[in-house]
Amino acid sequence: MEYKWIERTHILLDQVKKSYHQLEVLKGIHLSIQQGEFIAIVGKSGCGKSTLLRLIAGLEPATEGNIYVNRQALNSLNQDARIMFQDGRLLPWKTVIDNIAIGLPKEMKEKAFDSLKNVGLSQREHDYPRKLSGGQQQRVALARALVHNPEILLLDEPLGALDALTRLEMQALIEALWLNKKFTAILVTHDVEEAVAIADRVVLIENGLIKLNQQIDLPRPRQRTHSKFSLYVDQILKLIMNKQQSSVQEDNQIRTISG
Amino acid sequence: MKNILSNVTKPIVPWLVPSFILLCWQLFSWFHLIPERILPSPLAVLAAAYKLLVTGELMDHMLISLGRALIGFVIGGAIGFILGLVNGIFRHAELFLDTSIQMIRNIPHLALIPLVILWFGIDETAKIFLVALGVLFPVYINTYHGIKSVDKGLIEMGNAYGLKGRLMFFHIILPGAMSSILVGLRFSLGVMWLTLIVAETISTHVGIGYMAMNAREFMQMDVIVLSIIIYALFGKFSDMIARFFERKLLHWNA
Repeated sequence: MEYKWIERTHILLDQVKKSYHQLEVLKGIHLSIQQGEFIAIVGKSGCGKSTLLRLIAGLEPATEGNIYVNRQALNSLNQDARIMFQDGRLLPWKTVIDNIAIGLPKEMKEKAFDSLKNVGLSQREHDYPRKLSGGQQQRVALARALVHNPEILLLDEPLGALDALTRLEMQALIEALWLNKKFTAILVTHDVEEAVAIADRVVLIENGLIKLNQQIDLPRPRQRTHSKFSLYVDQILKLIMNKQQSSVQEDNQIRTISG
Repeated sequence: MKNILSNVTKPIVPWLVPSFILLCWQLFSWFHLIPERILPSPLAVLAAAYKLLVTGELMDHMLISLGRALIGFVIGGAIGFILGLVNGIFRHAELFLDTSIQMIRNIPHLALIPLVILWFGIDETAKIFLVALGVLFPVYINTYHGIKSVDKGLIEMGNAYGLKGRLMFFHIILPGAMSSILVGLRFSLGVMWLTLIVAETISTHVGIGYMAMNAREFMQMDVIVLSIIIYALFGKFSDMIARFFERKLLHWNA
């Protein structure tokens, strides 16, 4: 299957495979992502979704296939992208503002303040990360990612460890910043509702392959009470669950479905 | 009110037990429950300190001992630190050097005394060499371990955010290894005194250890006890220095 470049294509994954030792984690991923699009990648743990994100970040090379960013093949760190991890990975020995300013030239430190203001934590600039709650730490991590004005924001289950309310708040914040700054966003999550609530398109990965590539046609701001909202969620969840039932019977059958 | 009280009592509390022991010791001596020949009274020790202080003898001994300790510490500490850094950061260096270092480390450095005397004679070099050797390994091990145990997630974050070389080292690796390095520092200060005490009792003509050995010849119990107390105070002092660095460098963790 060939993908053609259309004008707004930002990232293109072409037959991407990734193996660790003998284990094939990604078995051939085709995916094209548009400029400014918000993609959510869902799947069960171990399906390879985080690996896919790390490949796009350029933290690891693909075993086979190519990743193109702005038509350039990616073969080292993806300079246009910033990644946000599930654990904030803030440096405990640096204050909030110094954490955000990491890797930033001194004369641009002013930008760190702006970025902190954007996530609503300007009062905490001189605190150390351990004084912050989990949600606040992720806000700082988000500010750190966005201070570089990345063209691509990669989110590796950044809300996974947060409580339900903080999570909704963070989803709203991420969506607002995305609408405002118009970067391309790729969110890896195991929460299907979160994916449907925030993404333009939900990609379901199973066994290292894309099983579903679903456009979400819902107006923003998204209402979780919208009738189509639960239809999308149900549809995706069913696909995930089906696999679980049939995997008890026979593994080979599913391969043919997903492949 | 409670806060003011605790602020006043806090510095005093740690000294209650030593004071109590000192008091009992003095009382026992007064009532001749401890013979002067076995253990002189604290006041007698104080008197001996005063006598030696006036002649300037005590100061000389202390400065010489302190000098040996510090020079040995700086040399051994610097070598251990650098080796720890290099082996912690560069896998090839580790492969090349670590086995050799581990072999040498497992020799008790005090077992080298006969060899060291033959190599360097009995003057300063021998003592400084022993102190440096003793200090090197705790600093090495803890620096190396500290660097190896820096959170891999933070290093990956640094990579993803474009930190390289010097920036990566000073912003992530060194601060991440710092608490372990300071443990090594504290431990090596203990080794430093231990080594010095042993080295100074062997053969020398100046230093606290010499003062003690010399006093033994003349059965000056008060001077012997005095030297032991000076070592204790030196030990406490170096511990305070180590704590100072810990507070300074690890304040984010407080």
